[in-house]
Amino acid sequence: MCRLSAITSSEYISPMENILALETMKEGHDGSGMGLILKDLGGEFEELKDYPILSGICSKDGLHALDSYMDGLGFQLKYTWTPKIKPVKGIERRDYYFARVYEYPDEYREKDTEEKESLLLSTRIALRRMGEADESIIVFSFYPDIITLKEVGDPLQLGEFFGLDNSTLKARIILAQGRQNTNYAINLYACHPFFIQGYGSMTNGENTAFVPIREFLMSRGFPGYMGYNSDSEVFTHILHYTCRRLGYPMTYYKDVITPLKASEIETRPDSEAVNFLRISLRPLCIDGPNCVIGFTPDGTCFMVQDSKKLRPGVVGGVKGKYALMSEECGLDKAIPDRERSNDIFPMKYDMVVVSPGAEEVKVWNQLQGWTTTMS
Amino acid sequence: MEPASRLDHNYELTIKDFPYIVRWRDDRCKRCGRCTAVCPMLSIEPAVVVKRSVSSEGPVPQPRVSRSTATVVRQTSDISRYCTGCGTCTLVCPNDAIEPEYNPQHKFIFHKNRGGHPYRRGGRRNDPEPGTLDRLKFTRISMLTDPALDAGRHEFRIRTYLGRILPPDELPLKVVDGRLEVDRTSADFIPPVREIYPVMIGSMSIGALSPTMWEGLAMGITYLNEVEGMPVVMCSGEGGMPARLLKSRFIKYFILQIASGYFGWDEIVRAIPHMVEDPCAIEIKYGQGAKPGDGGLLMAHKVLRLIAEIRGVPMGVDLPSPPTHQTKYSIEESVAKMIQSMSMAWGFRVPVYPKISGSRTARAVLNNLVRNPYAAALSIDGEDGGTGAAYNVSMDKMGHPIASNLRECYLDLVKQGKQNELPLIAAGGVGKKGNLAANSAALFMLGASAVSIGKYIMQAAAGCLGDEYNRCNICNIGKCPRGITTQDPRLYRRLDPDNVAERVVEVFKALDVELKKIFAPMGRSTELPIGMSDGISADDPAVAERLEISYAC
Repeated sequence: MCRLSAITSSEYISPMENILALETMKEGHDGSGMGLILKDLGGEFEELKDYPILSGICSKDGLHALDSYMDGLGFQLKYTWTPKIKPVKGIERRDYYFARVYEYPDEYREKDTEEKESLLLSTRIALRRMGEADESIIVFSFYPDIITLKEVGDPLQLGEFFGLDNSTLKARIILAQGRQNTNYAINLYACHPFFIQGYGSMTNGENTAFVPIREFLMSRGFPGYMGYNSDSEVFTHILHYTCRRLGYPMTYYKDVITPLKASEIETRPDSEAVNFLRISLRPLCIDGPNCVIGFTPDGTCFMVQDSKKLRPGVVGGVKGKYALMSEECGLDKAIPDRERSNDIFPMKYDMVVVSPGAEEVKVWNQLQGWTTTMS
Repeated sequence: MEPASRLDHNYELTIKDFPYIVRWRDDRCKRCGRCTAVCPMLSIEPAVVVKRSVSSEGPVPQPRVSRSTATVVRQTSDISRYCTGCGTCTLVCPNDAIEPEYNPQHKFIFHKNRGGHPYRRGGRRNDPEPGTLDRLKFTRISMLTDPALDAGRHEFRIRTYLGRILPPDELPLKVVDGRLEVDRTSADFIPPVREIYPVMIGSMSIGALSPTMWEGLAMGITYLNEVEGMPVVMCSGEGGMPARLLKSRFIKYFILQIASGYFGWDEIVRAIPHMVEDPCAIEIKYGQGAKPGDGGLLMAHKVLRLIAEIRGVPMGVDLPSPPTHQTKYSIEESVAKMIQSMSMAWGFRVPVYPKISGSRTARAVLNNLVRNPYAAALSIDGEDGGTGAAYNVSMDKMGHPIASNLRECYLDLVKQGKQNELPLIAAGGVGKKGNLAANSAALFMLGASAVSIGKYIMQAAAGCLGDEYNRCNICNIGKCPRGITTQDPRLYRRLDPDNVAERVVEVFKALDVELKKIFAPMGRSTELPIGMSDGISADDPAVAERLEISYAC
């Protein structure tokens, strides 16, 4: 079972905090990879929040192809961040790791967000396809104020490899996952967290309903619902589909992935609507042992459990800094000075929601509504 | 001069030509006559024979002939009274003196067309080989990467939906204060949807079934709904229902079938104003897997008083339904208009769906239904389905297996993104070899939202004697030895409806446990694993390729 470490803070923090928390949960990851998503970036990126950032890895040839493709579309390179690689035994270095900030093509600068997002999505998919066969181009995200880093190896060693301990790279929301590979071949596209148009998530556990969910998402006619090298990528896309495409409030994500029974729905004030969701979104029921940690575009972070609560997960912290972790030891490492008795272990009906800026933590219960508030 | 053929019996069939040979033991028989009295076909008869015995006493052979008369039980060589192998004689024999034995060398089918009448029978396709469903295994077992669920401890919800399901982006919902509410201003049609148990009892009519059998099934599913909380539903078959049931609150557990003969529908239409509950659904029968291209057929032997009253017809006449709905001349007439008419009869509160026989053209029908917002489902009945009466050639040689037919329809829906909008109901050979839970689960994973069973429940709940070696299979002539498919009170009183009901309940409760035992190790519990095709494998590469699943050996 992979280990998850997410921190949301009102101050900029280093991804090393997540990595050190992952280190305490080391028995849960096997060195088959680490993924990082940084949202609400600080440092040199603080002034570049409106510009899309392309995160990925290229070979030398791939970089050339990438540049000419981006030039062709009219994207202008504004800033490039590359990690200061420090060779670490056991980690195979690839040619070029990057987070590149672009200016939109001229004809897109005045267009609305939706059109810009479509362009970013289609560009990312095109680049992915260009480099998929020979792994010359691997792109994880292309979106403003988001950086994604992924590589095979132990999280702590990867932190050293990327020089994150001395880096200026900081963010207010950071998701990190240490992989326990259960996807047969190790593939960077199978590494969590996943991101699409402002929504990100990571999961531990395995998704037993993967095939019907994948078929449902892929047949929605939305180009971004593709990939699926990991069965957990669908969790991110279900979140996007629920909140973005259908426009439902975030709490309904829980109702979609872990639908209530008819008798339970009857007790809800919105029972009629929830019943519609249960029937029409039946193929998106996750039905597996999963803990999902994610964020939405406004910076809200959340944690949900599967309908039987088969995975561990804890949320705790202090006002201005909360961590969402697989295990208590990770939370102790990330935020030791907190009131531990306030830690929240979400159960099968719960969705723990940390508001933007780590202001407060609330628990949404499918049967009881909003229950606990910690601020 | 006497023709030689009369002398040497050359005009007769030999017993070896018959599918079952009655093994009678002279030494055990006490001549009680029960076997000959009970034989539904009169295949065995008491006979008096002259016994010639030669004996000799003393040291020197001095043969002496003596003659005596003896009573025996003899099997007839009259093909119209062939032994069906039902074994009722064995059941009643107090001394184990008689038993029919299958004869694999028989030439029955060569001869069973006397008078130019092709062989007609009831039952099923006479193919004892396991069907495709029995060649599928559940191979995706959760263990270490993904802890298995516990069939005994965890909560499972084995339910499905019957009815047209709106796609999420067409739901009449709006967000008010962070909460979803139903938009009452929307004038869009919201189709009715029923939550049911995913294994239903398929269409078998009162008429095809005896009153005791039908009553037993009906009582069984009512008990399952009202006491066990399992929403199992049952389809009426063509031929209506007693008015008392139509007007009762129990009608909600029944699917009413309308077929091309419209039998029983005068009574149903008259009952509509008096109904206190809506039926579960309406099934429009266009085809039957066991006999594609044929309409329903209730032979005169079975049209006794009760049936004549329910169906509104004279007694003792054949009731053939036409192969098609003859008042309708095209798919838009016969499907779209009928679905709308039936929907309208119940104020669009009842799901209406067609049932077709498995066919290479099933996808064409499917795609027509996809574009019809009133079509509630599509039921596809494969070639291994059963029937009360049909031509042998139709049963044995016409039709399409359910597995690939269902799969291609499901994948077609996936391609269009409508896999959750139009439920597919699969039937025809589910539980053929007794593996009801496994066959049902395999069909769910191939894409079925629900399955229908017929023969299985007759065998499990009432001990139907039929099998794929053409045993019994005389449902058509009203002589069912078990009393399942007869209207003769002397026969159907053998069947206690309470026992049938009890067995129905036992069968479904056991099925529920077995389904959990399949779903739990596969990590599925909250929703039916519809389309979870990575869960199954076939033992034949060609089957695997055709069904787009993995091959395991």
